[in-house]
Amino acid sequence: MQEFPGVLAEARLWQIVLLSLEVSLSAVALAAAAGLPLGAALAVARFPGRQAVIVLLNAFMGLPPVVVGLAIYLLLSRAGPLGAFGLLFTPGAMVIAQTVLILPIIAALSRQAVEDAWREYEEQLRSLGTRGVQAALTVLWDIRFSLVTVVLAGLGRAAAEVGAVIIVGGNIDGVTRVMTTAIALETSKGDLPLALGLGVVLISVVIIVNAAAFLIKEAAQRRYG
Amino acid sequence: MILPLMLDRVAYREIIKPLTLDIGAGPSTIILGANGAGKSVLMRLMHGLLSPTSGSIFWKERDASRVRRLQAMVFQRPIMLRRSALANVVYALAVAGVPAAEREAMARAALAEVGLSQLAQRPARILSGGEQQRLALARAWALHPEVIFLDEPTASLDPSATREVEAVIRAFDAAGTKVVMATHNLGQARRLGDEVIYLHQGRVLERTSAERFFSQPATAEAAAFIKGELPWV
Repeated sequence: MQEFPGVLAEARLWQIVLLSLEVSLSAVALAAAAGLPLGAALAVARFPGRQAVIVLLNAFMGLPPVVVGLAIYLLLSRAGPLGAFGLLFTPGAMVIAQTVLILPIIAALSRQAVEDAWREYEEQLRSLGTRGVQAALTVLWDIRFSLVTVVLAGLGRAAAEVGAVIIVGGNIDGVTRVMTTAIALETSKGDLPLALGLGVVLISVVIIVNAAAFLIKEAAQRRYG
Repeated sequence: MILPLMLDRVAYREIIKPLTLDIGAGPSTIILGANGAGKSVLMRLMHGLLSPTSGSIFWKERDASRVRRLQAMVFQRPIMLRRSALANVVYALAVAGVPAAEREAMARAALAEVGLSQLAQRPARILSGGEQQRLALARAWALHPEVIFLDEPTASLDPSATREVEAVIRAFDAAGTKVVMATHNLGQARRLGDEVIYLHQGRVLERTSAERFFSQPATAEAAAFIKGELPWV
């Protein structure tokens, strides 16, 4: 049994931390690339059924990770429609599951942020002749500093969840073991000091990432107003 | 020429009562009236931001894209994009379909016109209120519109910024752009207006030369407005 903080010196631990960051940051990058424009489009577009889409999207912010994990598991399993890619129990599968999990969060929150800003910008942009997708992207870019918080909300969800990655990743030592799955495993094994140590590392990493994002955002905001 | 602009029995909800009006090229037109008279709504109807609930609005020019390109509007509170002053003007030119190679030169010329050349690289959102309003004028002016609508452009500015903005407006007027400006400021109407359209509770009560409007208002409402507003001048 390893005692905290001696475990911090172990290379194995840092491998787990690194994989966690890789998986969650990749998922956030993918979800932001798709979710931000999606949210902006939904904020600016007017079509029948729009309100239903918004309600659904907001509801999906609370998707249970295990359910997303199960759905992705079924898609990626050998017999599933995407089984041929052999992604199940790889970090790739974990990225996919987390992307699905946080896409609604990023899309729903950016939809709200763009819609609030749109009230302020609409007349001016229409007067200049900006329409449709261009208007949505203009507002999205203009509120980019506020969107940092939206992306961080997605990152928080990805870094914290265990249900989806444990189902599609399998918590395989050295391959798909991340911080949350390791904590769950060590807790069930009774190695509470190691579990606790991993927990402290996880929270520290999340704080560091958020602090970095905050400082960058503040500096940029001071610069551009 | 996209002017004249014709409004034929145009009404908007309860705010604008059916009115018929034509705005031709030439001397500047001031839309004067108290708060709530319908000035802003009338400007938005003319600019095309609002559609009338009844009646019709048409320009001499039938090509809608030309009409859009040859008219611009500056709002009471300009919305600046979070980018440099220059980039704000370049953006407007890009939206209007100006080829990329010509945008910067045109934008710099517009900034020079309003006296903002030295602030071209400054982020627009951190400019002062008066500078932002002049930037808004440059952004509207960059395409050399035939008509420019100004909705209380100095209502939230201090006297010195107001003077600077008025100087720019006078320069546009002198360059042959038709200025249509809404204001409740009588001093400004006197300084900038050639003709006055007096709006009262959604109706046009008077349309006459500025000089005549101020010396011999034809309606009791206008006379009361001039009298009541004088201490503000």
